[in-house]
Amino acid sequence: MTLRQAQDDAPAALRQAQDDEVCLRLDGVSKRFGSLSVLDDVSITIRTGERCGIIGPNGAGKSTLFNIIAGELPLSRGAVSFLGRDVTRVSAHARARRGMARTFQTTTLFPRLTVIENLVLALQAHSAERFTMLVPRSRYRARDHEARALLERVGLGTRADALVDALGYGEKRQIEILLALAQRPKLLLLDEPTAGLAPSDASLVTEMLKREHAGLTMVLIEHDMGVVFDVVERLTVLHYGRVVADGPVEAIRADANVQEIYLGGKV
Amino acid sequence: MSVGRRWIVAAAAGFVVALLLPRLGVPTFYVSLLTQTWIFAIVAMSLDLLVGFTGLVNFSQAALFGVGAYAVAIGATRFHVTAFVPVMALGIVCAMVTAAIFGLVALRSEGVGFIIITIALNEIVWGLAYQWVSVSGGDNGITGIVRPHVGPFDVSENTGYYYVCLVSFAICLVLLLVLVRSPFGLVLKGVRETPRRMRALGYNVWLYRYLAMTISGGFAGVAGVLFAWYNQFVGPVALSLDQSTQILIIVILGGIGTLYGQVFGALVVVFLSNELSAVTQRWEMVLGVIYFAVVMYAPGGLVVLVPRLWNRLLGRRMPVTAEES
Repeated sequence: MTLRQAQDDAPAALRQAQDDEVCLRLDGVSKRFGSLSVLDDVSITIRTGERCGIIGPNGAGKSTLFNIIAGELPLSRGAVSFLGRDVTRVSAHARARRGMARTFQTTTLFPRLTVIENLVLALQAHSAERFTMLVPRSRYRARDHEARALLERVGLGTRADALVDALGYGEKRQIEILLALAQRPKLLLLDEPTAGLAPSDASLVTEMLKREHAGLTMVLIEHDMGVVFDVVERLTVLHYGRVVADGPVEAIRADANVQEIYLGGKV
Repeated sequence: MSVGRRWIVAAAAGFVVALLLPRLGVPTFYVSLLTQTWIFAIVAMSLDLLVGFTGLVNFSQAALFGVGAYAVAIGATRFHVTAFVPVMALGIVCAMVTAAIFGLVALRSEGVGFIIITIALNEIVWGLAYQWVSVSGGDNGITGIVRPHVGPFDVSENTGYYYVCLVSFAICLVLLLVLVRSPFGLVLKGVRETPRRMRALGYNVWLYRYLAMTISGGFAGVAGVLFAWYNQFVGPVALSLDQSTQILIIVILGGIGTLYGQVFGALVVVFLSNELSAVTQRWEMVLGVIYFAVVMYAPGGLVVLVPRLWNRLLGRRMPVTAEES
């Protein structure tokens, strides 16, 4: 809260200049489930273009924090602002419309629709045609072409007309990310993108992230340290719902405290 | 021939056969049963839009159907609105407004909660029809409804009225097929599959469910209006919870998410309820057994079973195809 007050005192022009560079700001975010405190006074500021990883042992509150950023969970205390505007009480879908996109730890696609249909849903989310009722979709060829082009870029062009249900797990994980990229987000939230993947498939996903992320602001939750070190430039460490370390990847790697609580005392 | 074109040919052939049936010496009794079949197929399709395409199991469809029917009766007996177009419009608007109000209440909840609220809403409307005697005539219902002229045609005879219902069914089917194939229809399927992802993509899931419920209400209203004219009488049975259940059974029997499958579901339910009830009071047990068999052995519905049996009859093997969704 003190940060917020300080901000309010700053001259408007200066604040505007700062806000231009800030993509996402969490101010003293706390979350309690009954008597259980899951997040306690978490403050993180992510600048536009930054790629930030959030790590921490199981139960540290990473997923809860993600759900709060995305607007799926209400917070108990604190504030979230996105692109310079307070979104604390803005619904998940409205945040998405402002430019947030997220992926899920457990694959959350549309299993009984085709790969193309999955992507078209992401592509048409911000266009007026989503309310078009009396024109068949076959009149919107351009959308399908757009979706096919995206698929071909990640080498899944041949799977375009398959049901998502019929895809392999690795392919599903790629579509999971592709859907979020198709939203053309200003902020991409990735919840364990390589969860449950064999190393070879995991590297496929990592490569895809590295290829597509140019200039994209990204927040990544990940258990696989290889992926984290590969993709992000900054790390925030959560432990029992508190931020215990925050800084450039190299600094965090060397931090003795972090090694103690997260990496089990050694790297 | 492509699969799409084959369907169009089959549908056109079916429509022509349906048009010719009354001229082929089919007894009047069966013509009137078929009329009922078209009416129930319309209301079942309206429910299929929710169950099969939006993922909402709505138990208040009979209330919307009934509101359409009562709109005809009250409009005719009190306000002397009897012409085809105004009455149809009145029935559709009343049912849509009711559905819109239902949506405001029921969509505050999801899943089982939604189902229970829609049961309660249906009971409330049934209670109104049963007890608000000054408006609805209570248990006695409202009599004295006369079938209107449709343009130059006199449809007061059962054969003429059969065509009104058949054409109404065809129009509703085409409209709904276009709707579920539109970009909006794809959004509904997304909502059915994974609402959480839809929210993450930026879709207002509540709004799409609400629109689907309201649109579905309009189609239920069409069926209700046709039903009132068919019976020339409306009573509270038309909007009972039993009726809602029966509509859902038609959807499941016919094939969830197929729309045209509802014809088969409606055919079975209408013929069983009329033919068997003349023989035994326990006809619903037979319906139960058929329902059980379909759910167990053809969960895709009769629409999947019919071609399979047809092919077996001809000694062919059916290729396994992806189900229409």
